[in-house]
Amino acid sequence: MRYLPKSDSERRLMLDACGAASAEDLFSHLPDEVRLKRPLELAPGISEYSIIDYFRARAAENANGYASFLGAGVYAHYRPVLVDTVVSRGEFLTSYTPYQAEIAQGTLTTIFEFQTMICQLTGMDVANASMYDGSTATPEAAMMAVRVTGRSGVLVSRAVHPEYREVLRTYARNQGMPVDEVGYDAATGGIDLEDLERKLTDDTAAVLIQSPNFFGVVENVKAAADLAHSRGALLVFLFTEAVSLGILAPPVDADIVAGELQSFAISPSYGGPYAGIIAAKERFLRQMPGRLVGETKDSRGNRAFCLTLSTREQHIRREKATSNICTNQALIALMATVFMTIYGKQGLRELAEQNLAKAHYLASKLKPRFSGPFFNEFVSNGRSPEEMNKTLLKKKIIGGLPLQRYYPELKDCALWCATEMSGRAQMDAVAEALQA
Amino acid sequence: MSTYPEEFRYTKEHEWVKVEGDAGMVGITDHAQKELGDIVYVDLPKVGAKVEKGKSLGSVESVKAVSDIYSPVSGEVIAINETLTSAPEKLNEDPHGAAWLVKVRLSAPDEIKQLLSASDYQTYIGAES
Amino acid sequence: MIEKVRPHITQNESLLFELSSPGKTGYQLPELDVPAVDAAAKLGKANVRDEIEGFPEVSEVEAIRHFTRLSTWNYAIDLGLYPLGSCTMKYNPRVNELVARLEGLAWAHPYQPESLSQGAMAIIGALEQALLEISGMDAVTLQPAAGAHGELTGILLIRALLEKRGNPRKRILIPDSAHGTNPATAAIAGYAVQNIRSNEEGEIDLEALAKAVDKDVAAMMVTNPNTIGVFEQDIIKAAEILHAKGAMLYMDGANMNALVGIARPGDFGVDVMHINLHKTFSTPHGGGGPGGGPVAVKKALEPFLPVPRLRRAGRKWTFDYKRPKSIGRVRAFYGNFGVLVRALAYILAHGGDGLRNATVDAVMNANYIRKGLEPYFDLPYKAPNMHEVVFSDDRQGALGVHTGDIAKRLIDYGFHPYTVSFPLIVHGALMIEPTETESKQELDHFIRAMISIAKEVETDPQLVKTAPHTTRTSKVDEVTAARRPILRWKPAGAAIAAD
Repeated sequence: MRYLPKSDSERRLMLDACGAASAEDLFSHLPDEVRLKRPLELAPGISEYSIIDYFRARAAENANGYASFLGAGVYAHYRPVLVDTVVSRGEFLTSYTPYQAEIAQGTLTTIFEFQTMICQLTGMDVANASMYDGSTATPEAAMMAVRVTGRSGVLVSRAVHPEYREVLRTYARNQGMPVDEVGYDAATGGIDLEDLERKLTDDTAAVLIQSPNFFGVVENVKAAADLAHSRGALLVFLFTEAVSLGILAPPVDADIVAGELQSFAISPSYGGPYAGIIAAKERFLRQMPGRLVGETKDSRGNRAFCLTLSTREQHIRREKATSNICTNQALIALMATVFMTIYGKQGLRELAEQNLAKAHYLASKLKPRFSGPFFNEFVSNGRSPEEMNKTLLKKKIIGGLPLQRYYPELKDCALWCATEMSGRAQMDAVAEALQA
Repeated sequence: MSTYPEEFRYTKEHEWVKVEGDAGMVGITDHAQKELGDIVYVDLPKVGAKVEKGKSLGSVESVKAVSDIYSPVSGEVIAINETLTSAPEKLNEDPHGAAWLVKVRLSAPDEIKQLLSASDYQTYIGAES
Repeated sequence: MIEKVRPHITQNESLLFELSSPGKTGYQLPELDVPAVDAAAKLGKANVRDEIEGFPEVSEVEAIRHFTRLSTWNYAIDLGLYPLGSCTMKYNPRVNELVARLEGLAWAHPYQPESLSQGAMAIIGALEQALLEISGMDAVTLQPAAGAHGELTGILLIRALLEKRGNPRKRILIPDSAHGTNPATAAIAGYAVQNIRSNEEGEIDLEALAKAVDKDVAAMMVTNPNTIGVFEQDIIKAAEILHAKGAMLYMDGANMNALVGIARPGDFGVDVMHINLHKTFSTPHGGGGPGGGPVAVKKALEPFLPVPRLRRAGRKWTFDYKRPKSIGRVRAFYGNFGVLVRALAYILAHGGDGLRNATVDAVMNANYIRKGLEPYFDLPYKAPNMHEVVFSDDRQGALGVHTGDIAKRLIDYGFHPYTVSFPLIVHGALMIEPTETESKQELDHFIRAMISIAKEVETDPQLVKTAPHTTRTSKVDEVTAARRPILRWKPAGAAIAAD
């Protein structure tokens, strides 16, 4: 087998060195009752070419060559070619967690740059080396707020991604963390500030608000933060569309930021792997979960980087750790780092402006339901979205996401996303189908 | 050989307490700081917090480990040593003096009698090694 | 004499922010085919940001040079052995990278119509089936993003079943040899942790276990083989003790590389387990992630699995959301699909016999290392080991040299260190797992290097204690990094981040 670098004669030599008559002897100490006494019922191993054929066939059974207007937490953005060039280097792809700083400065340096750029984008003081994804960064941020404030309850806007809220509930249930939802304004699509004020209590640890929210609407984060702070709660800012940070004001009123970086050159890949982040104000540093890379010097006085503040983490603090997380999404975060490098200060701005233009062009053809300002997603009103989408599929267009299953009150609505990849011709085709 | 002040009382978990009137000044011993290695962070309770003899009042961190600090006395925290926040290394340099941790108003002064004298403590750590 | 030294490229490389200069660009977007819009007008002036202060501006050339140079400062599997215990640093097959990037898979949106996702769903279905056959369990979820995430999912499943039976219970038993994620996970799941000590063989102490298991114990979390590489001989008895009191056995699958094709956890009493795709199933570590942490369960726990569940409806795959007993979601969407693709490709490449052969080679390699190093390093536990072996630094410690020093000296010989100071039940541990990826040549290099270091400890201990000597970066000051954390770059003259 091509991945097993030993010949039978070498195996023989090694078994002799071990004093074993055969390979089976190595397992003879196992209790008989535990042994599997038959071969595994799996097809025999196949060649590399057959593997490629198999997955090509599976890929062909998925959408190919469709224009898509889906967003809802996963976005279609161009992936600069350099991203895969860099992450395909064996030194990045096949390296381990950088516990041994002397031989991992490549990984550590890129993570330090990543942490810096996330702070610059979000206006926070510290950022970690990434979480699994935005949906799990959300409860981690909530748990962080609970630790910091010593309170137990969490308020989350209903306009936060529905699946993120589900994950929050799964985590919260076992933590004694009551979760209550705050409604959205039926006209603007933004958070209902009056509802928020009513629901804030002296036991609220955090208010969780997403912007742009699930409906694509840009929230009044300052107003929500002021309300939260007036009652001693923290403001946790969530985002699912990282490209929005290229043009939207950074959430400086937030205490903790959690979000998803999939938009930064991470393939949609049917739901994962992605990379989440948590960033926060300086004073919450010790309560941050996840890995942190810090700057230091080596024994010769040269700048070097290392994992630091590890005592927050599971391998040291065990049951008192800030989280059980062991992995960070290093390779995925590296994709985002390369993306941010390629686009740079000007590029992220121009990219965001293109997204804004495309979505507003599409919105001019459809009828946005909400009056709130939006970035690259909006909710459309009107005819049955399922019917509309059937028509569009015939033109190889995947239309907006029907919202009924997440928001029964929005049953005639769909969530549309247009990015820099959306072509005018397809948007015109959508408009045409709408008129028909 | 490090000196262990006669006027201190010691615990088997390597804390010391120095009684001053109705309050006790609490710290960790020289032996403890040696065992911990380079100290990078000290986590102290807030002023006003209640502490209980034998229960954790905070922790001390080196790069690779965290150790709880067990209070040798019960009472209320009336002062904490702020300098340790920005200079935790002081705990390695002067554990019996400038790097005291907290001052506690004693709620049960008799507890002191159960603690070790300097010579008993030195015998104890001598036996440990 | 050092046989193998990999010199490090020594040029310095600045940070992106230091290479930056206003106006440099590395990108070009296509022309807009729709009218541009005024951001302030559409969003409201207060919602539009100023420029991203300090954000880098570099060209494509500087970008590729920057990352390429940085990459040369890393060690990697592609360069040599990682003897890290319980990490299973095996070869990351490159065909897996190719297939994960096929357009129909890489660009699939999780919300695209099911009729246009049958290929992705078939992949998920195929991997589920393969993992069930390998683990001997009854049902599996591929949702968790990593091992620790899988552990949390597994413990939440146990809680859900016990709740349904009337009492979620309060404690989880964890051996003192366990990985740190185990107690951290138990705490997040709302359970108190109770440590179970190991016996003199380093295995679960059945007497201690029997005493500890009562109606308040929800489960025990074990790793098997355990973290000293030894198969828990009494695992079936341990499972019986737990089951008799209505408690469950959770297995951390980190060491599955010793068992695939040899023994199946489902056959020796395990109720729930997680599998690390980035260990046993070769998906790349990538410097620290992504991973994949599928959780496999026995029938009784199946109703509680995270939603949605994949199922066949006639000739089509579909996701089933009608799961009233489910613990809910542990993450958005369906799992780290890109990682699942790679794991399936690995399984297809090996087939049933191939997977078993890989296990045999992994165990053979570890035993070969044990034999080679036994004369030089103390072996605290004498039981037969499987895919990993744990020595202690007792012999060298007597001369003032410890496992951490030896590990750093190993770097000078061109290797990544083994796992230092873990598991906790071995004082001064050297935890070594070679995996099946290593050739006899590489193993012999490694053994000779370790023997050479053992000799250096006797003749020149200072050389070992002050290692490494031949790396571009010498030993870093972790103490100052922790005392005065600097966690981001700031322009010169700005205040350094302090605590």
